Amino acid sequence: MLEYEFMRTAFLAAFLAALVCGPVGWFLVLRGQSFASHALSHVGFAGAAAALLLGQPALLGLGLGAVGGGVAIGLAGDRLVGRDVTIGLVLSVAMGFGALCLHFLTHSASSATALLFGDILGIGSSMLGWLGALSVTCLMALAFVARPLLFASLQPEQAEARGVNMRLLDILFLMIVAVATAQCAQITGVLLVFTLMIAPAAASLRMGFSPLLGMGVATLLALLEAWLGLVLAWYTNCPTAFWIAALGGSVFIAASLFCRVRGS
Amino acid sequence: MPSSAVQVAGVTLLRQKKAVLDNISFTVPAGSFVAVLGGNGAGKTTLFRTLLGLEKPSAGQIWIEGQPVQKGRMPIGYMPQVRAMVAAQISGWSTVAAAQQGWKWGLPFYGKQARADIDAALAAVDAQALAQRPVGSLSGGERQRLMLAQALLDNPHILLLDEPLVSLDPARMRETAERIHTLARDRNMTVLMSTHDINPLMGLMDHVLYMAHGKAVLGRVEDVMTTQTLSALYGAPVEVIKAGNRLFVVAEGGGASLQSCMCMGHGA
Ligand SMILES: Nc1ncnc2c1ncn2[C@@H]1O[C@H](COP(=O)(O)OP(=O)(O)O)[C@@H](O)[C@H]1O
Ligand SMILES: [Mg+2]
Repeated sequence: MLEYEFMRTAFLAAFLAALVCGPVGWFLVLRGQSFASHALSHVGFAGAAAALLLGQPALLGLGLGAVGGGVAIGLAGDRLVGRDVTIGLVLSVAMGFGALCLHFLTHSASSATALLFGDILGIGSSMLGWLGALSVTCLMALAFVARPLLFASLQPEQAEARGVNMRLLDILFLMIVAVATAQCAQITGVLLVFTLMIAPAAASLRMGFSPLLGMGVATLLALLEAWLGLVLAWYTNCPTAFWIAALGGSVFIAASLFCRVRGS
Repeated sequence: MPSSAVQVAGVTLLRQKKAVLDNISFTVPAGSFVAVLGGNGAGKTTLFRTLLGLEKPSAGQIWIEGQPVQKGRMPIGYMPQVRAMVAAQISGWSTVAAAQQGWKWGLPFYGKQARADIDAALAAVDAQALAQRPVGSLSGGERQRLMLAQALLDNPHILLLDEPLVSLDPARMRETAERIHTLARDRNMTVLMSTHDINPLMGLMDHVLYMAHGKAVLGRVEDVMTTQTLSALYGAPVEVIKAGNRLFVVAEGGGASLQSCMCMGHGA
């Protein structure tokens, strides 16, 4: 299957996404913000649908939408109402807006499916360049904030007392999540970002590794999931998104069983 | 080193127009061990947060070792009141390590010196073995020990410990109080430790800072823990009862109000 250009591109794109999904997902699960990432991908969907309607590239709209949503969630924070309510509200309003845009975008129903469930086999080489740039940006930004972010996640009061700017850190992290989400959505679609970002990270955290090792394991699991998903999709009649989602669920169940057996 | 570790002058802090701290003044001499007493809502946590620069008083001034309070730049080790640990799967070691220069940008790598510092802090509270386990599997008291180790990183001159004895059984309370006392003496640290129950600290503390209704008095145990002083502080008659070497504060009339006003001592 590797003799085909589009398959090679797909494997590379999956690699780039996994590289980011591992560590970003690890922090999301650690901070209990996995729902936030789910919402960001939906806001990204609205952005992408709007971009298509305006004749702009979907990735641009996806990225801008998700980053905007991240900043909004970070700013609103827990000041207004319970955070899950804020996030749920943002999520549903965004989906409604996306549906509106798609309604007027009658000529391309296929791009709607691609947005929702991903179109990894349709990624061109110029898109691959963009994904690479996003990966590097995302990883560099995360490497910059990782240390205070870990402190703030594990010991918020002490971090605050040490002068860590919690609000700034929260917004920076949500922006990183937004960029990672936009990238991941190219592979899995906005509806299934969860599977590549959250499932491997949750499995890795379950197994109780130290932070840096845990992020590494999450990355490996995400990579395994994405590549195996591509291979399985090649040999079966089911789409990649299905396989990635199925593998994501399996990885998490396997990790839970592993911990159960080991007795922790 | 200045002779006063903490100096508070006329500090008032309002929360929704209510004075949580109401024109409080006191001076904690360097190296002293202070029990911060008071019932729920007396303002103990708020006072600590104010000393750390996390809350801005609407009036008054605070000096830490002679310097005005500056958030995040003070030689203070802080152990907040217990809360559920979010990351149950992370090991105790990694949890404590996160506080090691955790405010610096970059990756959470720990060099040889940093690792040695973390291990030394854990050893000081006898928690090396605990640190190998995920925090989710530890008891409340065991987690408190990890948090105490965390507060010792960077060799602070002052420790602010917010209810470190909560959720411990009476024997463990005394053991923990003695551990903190020994650490403070060996390292020449000033300790402000809030607690509901004065009795585990009997014979250990140098001063009592008693808080009620946003007011506070600081003094020696025998001066503060008197019927007269506390009645004046509460603005209502209370009685200090001595039973052996244990102290109890009881609202006059006892009965139903005993619970709400009794800030220390547990019947048994
Ligand atoms: N975030 C807050 N907003 C409004 N009031 C608060 C807040 N935190 C504490 N308070 C009030 O301040 C008072 C002191 O609280 P606190 O410092 O937590 O007391 P303690 O630690 O002695 O139990 C209480 O009356 C409490 O209701
Ligand atoms: Mg308190």
